[in-house]
Amino acid sequence: MLLEIKDLHASIEGKEILKGINLSVNEGEIHAIMGPNGSGKSTLAQVLAGREEYKVTKGEVFFKGKNLLDLAPEDRAREGIFLAFQYPVEIPGVSNTNMLKTAVNEIRKYRGEEEYDAMEFLQMIKSKMKLVELEQALLSRAVNEGYSGGEKKRNEIFQMAVLEPKLAILDETDSGLDIDALRIVANGVNMLKSPDNATIVVTHYQRLLNYIVPDFVHVLYKGRIVKSGSKELALELEEKGYDFIKDDSGVLV
Amino acid sequence: MMQTNEINKWYISIFDDFERNLNGESKSPIHQLRRKAIQDFSQLSFPTNKDEEWRFTNISPLLKHKFNPAINVSYVAKEEVDRFRFSGLKCSLMVFVNGFFSDELSNIRSIKDKITIKSISTAFKENNPQIQKHFDHYADSSAQIFTALSTAYIMDGAFIHVPENIIVEEPIHILFLSTSPNGKILSHPRNLIITEKNSQLLFIEHYAGLDNSIYFTNAVTEISVGENAVVHHTKIQEESKSSFHIARMETVQERNSCFTSNMISLGGEITRNDFNTRFNNTGGESELNGLFLIDDSQLFDAHTLIDHASPHCNSHELYRGILDGKSRGVFNGKVIVRKDAQKTNAFQENNNIILSNEALVDTKPQLEIFADDVKCSHGATVGQLDNEALFYLKSRGIGEEKSRDILIHAFASDVVRRIKIDKIKDHIENILTEKFNN
Repeated sequence: MLLEIKDLHASIEGKEILKGINLSVNEGEIHAIMGPNGSGKSTLAQVLAGREEYKVTKGEVFFKGKNLLDLAPEDRAREGIFLAFQYPVEIPGVSNTNMLKTAVNEIRKYRGEEEYDAMEFLQMIKSKMKLVELEQALLSRAVNEGYSGGEKKRNEIFQMAVLEPKLAILDETDSGLDIDALRIVANGVNMLKSPDNATIVVTHYQRLLNYIVPDFVHVLYKGRIVKSGSKELALELEEKGYDFIKDDSGVLV
Repeated sequence: MMQTNEINKWYISIFDDFERNLNGESKSPIHQLRRKAIQDFSQLSFPTNKDEEWRFTNISPLLKHKFNPAINVSYVAKEEVDRFRFSGLKCSLMVFVNGFFSDELSNIRSIKDKITIKSISTAFKENNPQIQKHFDHYADSSAQIFTALSTAYIMDGAFIHVPENIIVEEPIHILFLSTSPNGKILSHPRNLIITEKNSQLLFIEHYAGLDNSIYFTNAVTEISVGENAVVHHTKIQEESKSSFHIARMETVQERNSCFTSNMISLGGEITRNDFNTRFNNTGGESELNGLFLIDDSQLFDAHTLIDHASPHCNSHELYRGILDGKSRGVFNGKVIVRKDAQKTNAFQENNNIILSNEALVDTKPQLEIFADDVKCSHGATVGQLDNEALFYLKSRGIGEEKSRDILIHAFASDVVRRIKIDKIKDHIENILTEKFNN
């Protein structure tokens, strides 16, 4: 098992957001996590990536058998977790290339691999750029600064392609994208899929799942997974809206 | 108060000794200036926190020391100079040690076209007509105590004169080295830079400490930028952390001239920079940028004044501070737009990053606008490293320390990248990297 979440509780500023999450993800799987606004989807993504503002108050998370909650954010990334941010952060003065080169080499060093030299790195990222149809010019620009919404999301997928994670968590990567950008993003995710890695797609809309077909769909509501099923569950949600979950939840909670 | 009086008396009392060491210069015009200046000095008192311009800068640690003017040039090995040179850059080099020009260490490349690059003491001796015309005209000795002290004890400095229509292709590197292992040395670098109509010049005013001794540098630089002339100025300060550095730059800009100044400083114990520029005529362009990085109990103060005395001039200012430990920073940016200075554009920005709980910065933009058709803006920020950005970098596998370095470096690079010459930028990058790694 790649990821195992057991009874995870987390809070921010004293307010409990996650109230007992259980989830198992195996290699080769794509899981979709859906749910209404404020249900805790992004919190779960951030907690897995190691955001310090959230306090884990109860529960365990194992990643490749290791206690994930013991690891600093950078070590989680080095172990193979990648978070595509819902709101990618602008970092003026730091070029995309420089950030990625530093990241790739820190990860390689952690894994006991030799660092890339400038040439090797350039060749590697050129091939990855094609995957998300990213323009060369974006590489030398400051990270996310002045990018359009679509460029920011594509840049996240591009970074994911470069860092080759074991587990990618896409936090509402589809929000605000037009259909062309959505296809590019989905295509990138599908191309990177392999029997060795897994993806958690956090989304508000079923639309993305037409392009990234999940093996499992989970519905998050008020900090708990209240329903799990196959991809058909997403269609049902689309049809009936989240209200049917809310009606149900009284029974489930 | 006792302290200021006492130290005032000290600098007056050592003047006689200083005068005796000058050997036969006593009749020269420059010495008449010195004598007048020591008179002015005796009428002035050192500023305290009660003076508005020194409100946040307490100089009493400086006034605790009785400094002595350097008497002659100390020996410095050539290799010691090399680490302060811009590796691979073709330029003229003027080296001063404790304020004295060193012929052996300098390398003034043969330059055609009647450009004058020499020590100002030589220019005094030769009665250079430019001296009479410009020296002591822009930085008034009679009103400012540190300038009065500088003029009273003036020994040497750089003198550059660029005639009309001359483009000086190679930069001029003016390096002031200080070393004071056996005593508390005071030096008074005094620079005069004159560029005539349609000329162009790039020079670097570079202050460096050879050791961690206590010394006091009191520098005055006067710059005249002629009509349609372009002057690029870079000031680098990499001095002893126990040193005191008080500096004043006065720039006067003629019609359609362009002046840029980039300052990079690691501070000393106390550093105070006054950068003042004045548009004497229309169409001028001025850019003042600065970056300082301080820690421990260092104090750094940048005071800038841009005097829009003429219409149709543009000024841009960007000052950034990075403060750690218990250090203290001051930025005071004054912009005066005079009554007739219509169509003025003046933009000013000051951003500071505080890395510790105890560092402190006082930032004070001061706009005095008397014209009505102008565009002026200013902004000041004081903050910590952006936590969102820090988490973003860490989530990509970059360690905490390295992520912080990247963000600090990025913040600094907004100023550094304005320096036009790569080899100079490289040197600054090296200084910054070394600073971060410590």
